[in-house]
Amino acid sequence: MALILDALVQGVQLLLVLLLAPLLTGYVRRVKAHLLRRRGPPLVQPYRDLLKLIRKEVVIAENASWVFRVAPYIIFATTLVAASLVPTFATGLMFSPAADLIAIVALLGSARFALALAGLDVGTSFGGIGSSREMMIASLAEPAMLMIVFTVSLLAGSTQLSSVSAFMQGPEVGLRVSLAMALVGLIMVAIAENARIPVDNPATHLELTMVHEAMILEYSGRHLAVIEAAASIKLLLYLSLVACIFAPWGVHTAGQGFAALAVGLVTYVAKLAAGGFLLAVFETVTAKMRVFRVSEFLGAALMLGLLAALLLFVSRSI
Amino acid sequence: MIDRLAFDVAHLFAGGLVLVSFMLLYQDRMFGLLNIFALHALVVSLSVAWQAYIQQAPHLYITAAIALVVKAIIIPVALHRIIVRLGIHRTIETVVGIGQTMLAGIALVALSILVMLPITAQAGTLAREDLAFSLSVILLGLLMMISRRNAVSQIIGFMSIENGLILAATAAKGMPLVVEISVAFSILVALIVIGIFLFRIRERFDTVDVHALERFRGEQP
Repeated sequence: MALILDALVQGVQLLLVLLLAPLLTGYVRRVKAHLLRRRGPPLVQPYRDLLKLIRKEVVIAENASWVFRVAPYIIFATTLVAASLVPTFATGLMFSPAADLIAIVALLGSARFALALAGLDVGTSFGGIGSSREMMIASLAEPAMLMIVFTVSLLAGSTQLSSVSAFMQGPEVGLRVSLAMALVGLIMVAIAENARIPVDNPATHLELTMVHEAMILEYSGRHLAVIEAAASIKLLLYLSLVACIFAPWGVHTAGQGFAALAVGLVTYVAKLAAGGFLLAVFETVTAKMRVFRVSEFLGAALMLGLLAALLLFVSRSI
Repeated sequence: MIDRLAFDVAHLFAGGLVLVSFMLLYQDRMFGLLNIFALHALVVSLSVAWQAYIQQAPHLYITAAIALVVKAIIIPVALHRIIVRLGIHRTIETVVGIGQTMLAGIALVALSILVMLPITAQAGTLAREDLAFSLSVILLGLLMMISRRNAVSQIIGFMSIENGLILAATAAKGMPLVVEISVAFSILVALIVIGIFLFRIRERFDTVDVHALERFRGEQP
């Protein structure tokens, strides 16, 4: 019975991530539009875009190899698996003993690798420039992310997200400066990884400073749909990660009943709405920075991660 | 045995001070630097006030008030006016390699933790932690003084060293008030002297970039 419930929760979570991700993207876009005093597209517009793209014919460049055709599915699959590992409304997921925070970082890293390869494959200059920039961002964002993971895991005594989340809900946490630094660092990494302002602008094409859009310029039809869906899932994943580690209230833990599940679901949606709103406000009030300043931005995130891990050694007891 | 919350808050302020020191290293605009320096002094005075509360030492409240008034208000305002008078408020300092400076800063923090924790094994947890943090704040201030070319930023590095000293002094219980008052006044005097000195440098060399002074050193041909 417990096994069936676990499988059910995991399945619902997987579907929820898949279904909610475009809605979150649409929500952020709409809030941003409202802040700029525009009406903005309806909330369901990302779903419509995805459906339209899936129905359209795929146009592939003449010199594209199999890498170009396979890459979108690899990106989508790895991102979805990574997202299914992050507890959203319930911890103690069925898949979670199989993989931990480091595995999530690795899965996202392989998705990025596939995307960079796809950008290089066709041989256009735009794809190449996008890939090289993405790699420059990744070379700083991944160490920063790992340092944050180390900080959180040192504190909680585990790299499993379920245990981390349980630790954060417990009385042992207290007030820690390391956690505050890790939170700020994680948010900076999330902004860079999801190609949001100030690192990259998700709303424009053919801007000289673009990163993510430059790599997927050659894609069309269902390939583009799959990549767009993966990008939305990644945004949802990072928001869930922040919520799961730093705001774990109301999450359903193993052994609680259906009522707790419902509470978990409602609080999760509330957290996503709050996170998306804050993201939209932040994006509206900041200006895009030059590409060459991104290394300073991410260097600060890396520094925060390092400092957070260092300061742990002089705190009470790790 | 100290209370857990007391330790956590003290740790928060001391760790916050190290973080603000890093922000000083990172910032390259003059007014931004001054604002962050005021924040630095504010965090120090909060930390001292908290120590006064948990050690039940009322004279430390006076130390906190001095830090707040002198270093968070008077010195930043005075430096603000000096910068405006010197006409360097729009210059963005060319710091050589923020990345390398940051890494050096991290290494210094690690060094001070590695040095302080073994030699203070007898002391209480709170004192150990504060001593390690204050040593890192001092070393970061020194790093700021050697990595900046502008004389005003070097002054700010110097002042942040003094904040680190106050953090160390309050962690060790029982620093007499007279010491604190004399330190605060010597800092003010230092500010006045440095201020006059700045205008002299400026009159003489038309810049406050200290590299301009190097041509006048004796040992160079």
